Amino acid sequence: MIKLRKRIRNWIATRTVRQPGPVTVNRRRIYIVPTRFGYGYALLLFVMLMGAMNYSNSMAFALSFLLAGVGLLSMHHTHANLLNLKLRSGRSAPVFAGETAAFEVLVANESKAARYTVSLGWPDDPPAATIDIPAQGASSATLPLLAARRGWLKAPRFAVATEFPLGLLHAWTWIELDMQTLAYPAPAQAGAIPPMASGDSGLGLSNKPGVDEFAGLKTYAPGDAPHSIHWKSFAKTGIPQVKRFAESVSQERVLDLERTPGELEARLSQLSAWVLQAEEERVPYTLVLPALNLGPALGEKHRAACLRALALYGLAP
Amino acid sequence: MSKKATQSTYLHLSTLLRLLAVLAFVLAPHSLRLPLWESAAIFAVLAWRAWAAVHGVGMPGRVVRAMLTIAAFAGIFMSYGRVTGQHAGVALLALMAALKLTELNQRRDVMVTVFLLYFICVTHFLFSQEIWTIAYLLVTTVIITALLVEANHAGAPLPVRVSLRHGGSLVLQALPLMVLMFVLFPRLPGPLWGLPSDSGAARTGLSDHMSPGDISGLIQSGELAFRVKFDGNIPPPRLRYWRGPVFWDFDGREWTAGGLISSDSATVELLGKPLGYEIVLEPHRSRWLFALDFPDPRSLPDGATVAPDGIVLSAADIKERFLYHLQSHTAYHFQPQLAERARRAATRLPQGRNPKALALGQSWRALGLSDEAIVRTALSRFTAEPFFYTLRPPSLGRDPVDEFLFETRKGFCEHYASSFTVLMRAAGIPARVVTGYQGGEQNAIGGYFVVNQSDAHAWVEVWRAGEGWLRIDPTAAVAPNRIEKSLSDALSFDEALPLGLARGGSKFLQGVKARWDWTNAQWNRWVLAYGPDLQRDFLSRFGLAGWRDLMLALTAALAVVVGGFGLLALLRARPAHPEDAALKAWRRAIKPLARQGLIQRPSEGPQAFARRVIEARPEVRTGMETVLAGYLELRYLSPQEAGSGQATRLKSIRLAAADF
Repeated sequence: MIKLRKRIRNWIATRTVRQPGPVTVNRRRIYIVPTRFGYGYALLLFVMLMGAMNYSNSMAFALSFLLAGVGLLSMHHTHANLLNLKLRSGRSAPVFAGETAAFEVLVANESKAARYTVSLGWPDDPPAATIDIPAQGASSATLPLLAARRGWLKAPRFAVATEFPLGLLHAWTWIELDMQTLAYPAPAQAGAIPPMASGDSGLGLSNKPGVDEFAGLKTYAPGDAPHSIHWKSFAKTGIPQVKRFAESVSQERVLDLERTPGELEARLSQLSAWVLQAEEERVPYTLVLPALNLGPALGEKHRAACLRALALYGLAP
Repeated sequence: MSKKATQSTYLHLSTLLRLLAVLAFVLAPHSLRLPLWESAAIFAVLAWRAWAAVHGVGMPGRVVRAMLTIAAFAGIFMSYGRVTGQHAGVALLALMAALKLTELNQRRDVMVTVFLLYFICVTHFLFSQEIWTIAYLLVTTVIITALLVEANHAGAPLPVRVSLRHGGSLVLQALPLMVLMFVLFPRLPGPLWGLPSDSGAARTGLSDHMSPGDISGLIQSGELAFRVKFDGNIPPPRLRYWRGPVFWDFDGREWTAGGLISSDSATVELLGKPLGYEIVLEPHRSRWLFALDFPDPRSLPDGATVAPDGIVLSAADIKERFLYHLQSHTAYHFQPQLAERARRAATRLPQGRNPKALALGQSWRALGLSDEAIVRTALSRFTAEPFFYTLRPPSLGRDPVDEFLFETRKGFCEHYASSFTVLMRAAGIPARVVTGYQGGEQNAIGGYFVVNQSDAHAWVEVWRAGEGWLRIDPTAAVAPNRIEKSLSDALSFDEALPLGLARGGSKFLQGVKARWDWTNAQWNRWVLAYGPDLQRDFLSRFGLAGWRDLMLALTAALAVVVGGFGLLALLRARPAHPEDAALKAWRRAIKPLARQGLIQRPSEGPQAFARRVIEARPEVRTGMETVLAGYLELRYLSPQEAGSGQATRLKSIRLAAADF
């Protein structure tokens, strides 16, 4: 039984293609089976029909047959409720590992028939979202997915299903949209004190870069911010020089992977926590990874770049 | 115990109120049949449930619900003496459906309630299958299905309009399927198992005994007894006697069948030409199949027999409308030889009752009159003396025949038949009372005859050697109009008529009445009577015979219709591109070019295509350029910019393309 399930799974997997979207729900990819209420309805009709035969009651025959017709037609209505829906991926914000990522799926209905009670969900899970899609309109659904570890979190295959209008039949199709989001390393518990840019950081205290006080010029090196180039001296000497500033109050931090103790994932988590802490405390920081140096800087962009670097560190692209 | 919080997630208030309204509608026709306490209880539960939902009052707990269920069973048992059978079963079902309302905790409960509603709808047809029930069937199916749609919609409730549209369109599309299955689904001769003893609708009709007042009481009901259509010639009224139960035993007041019947067999010589006719009999809960005197035993329906006293009996009680075809001979000799036992039974009178009548009959015999002369004398007595034909005779005492013959002289057919038979027996002539129907009214539309309970009648048969039983109708002597015309013509003008019988009436009303009865007759004849026999006859006209043919035809027809509606659903689910006049005009313009092999490739834009066309056919350059320019302007101008220019541009495209 489990083997059979697995084979069906594999067969379905060969039929679903991971694609960027938009994906249109195809007639040949819609599967349909009766629900338990569908079986109940069939039983009801059977009892009614037996009663009608027993009593030779024409009106009971008529009602049984009418309801049988309704049941048969509901198959087509349920099927058509999914047909030609157009799905594409929406936004999905990065999360920290251990959190739940939210994949937005945009569902468009280009037909003149409104679609009701269309549910989206991962295989084997109860539906995560149930939406109505107006005629020639669109709706969005959010699929939550737990990010177990850092790195790219790819949305797996999901089911688009419906039982509308009568709940007697369950129609569904598998869709695999090329959706992914980044899971940053889970920030470590607070406790470890972030390293200051002290002697052991490799840069002298005296010439610690800052933004507050002008501290002379130095020769330009790749990586220096273009806005700090001293254009006046460049015009005279022809050698690009950059202004240097020293910080008086807050000290900048250097977050170096090599200098953080522990095993790799723990170190990445620690750095992740320090990035957040620095942002919160408005202290500029530099992230130093082997072969990568980010900063010093502060702000949303820098934070995202650092966390992204941490998330993808050591992973195959 | 409040379930209010959880309830809102699957059952909205408005959905619940709709459910209550549908339940009330579906139960409404039942409530007229249920005991008063039960109807009151059901509607109290409905009202309370609505009130509780609006005010957010919690539902009773498990213990209270169990107690209510036990009380329901007890109440039904007290009212009906049982909890099974048709009446009690339906009463229980209705009550349980109402109680189910206190337990709507999950979506499953709502679905079960909706299924119960469908089932309550079908039980209604056990009691009535009149033509109006088709409207009840359609309306209830639409609203219950709409409710089912509603129950399967997540989130905010659908507008009533939307759920009704879904339910309505499903039911409407299912109608052709219903008709196909109704006609083609192989019917089995029922019943599959025993019917409950109280199955079928309550009916009035003739009974197996007769005492003064019985038939006149029956006539008041005004209900339909049967409809009959003659194959060819219509016999005159004086021959239209539909034979029912025959009575031999008299206790001085009441006539009963007596125990003789089974011992003697019906011997009959049929004379003359047969008369064919078809009867649609309303259920009357007895085995009698009414027939014109005298039915040919070879023409009887399956399982029916002719009893020794000439009545046709079906194999079982008639609980559903029954269609049969018979042939009768109006000329016959019925039992030309009478066994001694039968002769004794047909001349027996109770000791010491009705002495005056006895003396009268014996005096005729003492005068040495022949049997024929005695019959004539008795009949002439009814015409010579002031006898009246009335539906409201004075009540009679211990010797009803004496009192009627010598004092009141006011009576109805049963009085005349009963007293005439007593006089005959007193004179030693074998005689018995026959009940049944006489006459019938012809329907102007269908040509068939409607025989109502008001046509119930009683007459007498006397036996004469060599000729057998002869029909004598003493009522005809008193009120010939009763036989030749109808009951309302026979009654004196100042006597009030029973319900449903109107004297004359306007032509228009009579026409409407005839049309309505004709519609009902067709309904009964073709829809309600559609069973194994009718199906076989009907479908053999199309060359369909046997199960296999039917199943094949049914499957094919269903596949076509369901497939057709499936295609419709597919089309409706198709992306509907907004109307694009520019693209349409472009396509129409370049269509003639296809004949020269110039077809726009999918990868080719209009400009590239136009270039290719001009290269291939330089003579259409100006036309092509105009078309292209017009199309591009239409395409890339905003609607505001295009404005009224759209029409002129479309026109220029059309004109320019004329010479392609």
